[in-house]
Amino acid sequence: MGKVIVVTSGKGGVGKTTSTAALGAALAQNGAKVVVVDFDVGLRNLDLVMGAERRVVYDLVNVIQGEAKLTQALIRDKRVETLFLLPASQTRDKDNLTPEGVEKVITALKSAFDWVICDSPAGIERGATLAMRHADMAIVVTNPEVSSVRDSDRIIGLLDSKTLRAENGETIEKHLLLTRYDSARAERGDMLKVDDVLEILSIPLLGIIPESTDVLRASNVGSPVTLADGRSAPAIAYFEAARRLKGEALPIVIPGDKRGLFGKIFGRRAA
Amino acid sequence: MNLLRMFTRQQSGAAARERLQVLLAHDRASTGDSELVTKLRDEILRAISKHMEVDAEKVSVKLERGIPVSTLFVDVEIPHDAERKAA
Repeated sequence: MGKVIVVTSGKGGVGKTTSTAALGAALAQNGAKVVVVDFDVGLRNLDLVMGAERRVVYDLVNVIQGEAKLTQALIRDKRVETLFLLPASQTRDKDNLTPEGVEKVITALKSAFDWVICDSPAGIERGATLAMRHADMAIVVTNPEVSSVRDSDRIIGLLDSKTLRAENGETIEKHLLLTRYDSARAERGDMLKVDDVLEILSIPLLGIIPESTDVLRASNVGSPVTLADGRSAPAIAYFEAARRLKGEALPIVIPGDKRGLFGKIFGRRAA
Repeated sequence: MNLLRMFTRQQSGAAARERLQVLLAHDRASTGDSELVTKLRDEILRAISKHMEVDAEKVSVKLERGIPVSTLFVDVEIPHDAERKAA
């Protein structure tokens, strides 16, 4: 039986889709059978980030409404053969997602895959609550910035009340993924510190993804960053986060902390 | 570049942390009772009206959130002839 993960945040634009693609690919690159599911009905983007936008025929809504079989809607990645995508519908809206339909799809995926990673839409409405509904584990994607942290706090509250596990009195594992971490800004003291965010949200840290043009470059060419350039800083951070998801205890290095004296003098950008 | 400004400028990360701590303490506690200030205002107005005539528009109730305590500001404008009218 596979594990169901929801990648969520409340706020939009913090890196949910990027992280879903990168973590999904990282897990699959190590041999696990992974499916990434786009729950952002009406505004799908995971297909684009995965580079599969021209191969979408059927989607999650088609499967839920019985217009297509699950196997017809799943798209196998061309680079990693254990990686699959279940796209969202672009033309319909979230009302086409029913709790029963979502449950059926997730149950079927769980029995066929090691990891089912659900990319939640932004917000706290139906789409987001359905994406988290069946999760065993949640990845809360947060930027070190006030509005993102506040929204994450709200989402953590929902995870503890609106998920199936919460309703059954079980706990849902929550992990913080701090994305778009800018070490130059951190060094100047103009960004929330990692410890600040951890103290405020009080959930364990899964990883810190540095702000990087590599992420943008990867999405431009339609490739999860772990596949586009496996040796780039964000890719390494995602690979490590994926290993922590599997239960490995890897120490977390705060980006920029390794920088020596030379880097401190010359690496600092003028404000 | 303004060197003085560079050295005297306060770090904004700390300000972000403090604001968030205050805000979230209240977000977490007060979900469900966003009507609190409105209710308080109505009841305060009713209590005052028993003793003097006041204009409802001139009663302001504000809650300023802080840690460890919040402050409730009640500002009531009483006209000079209020007591006489009520009596």
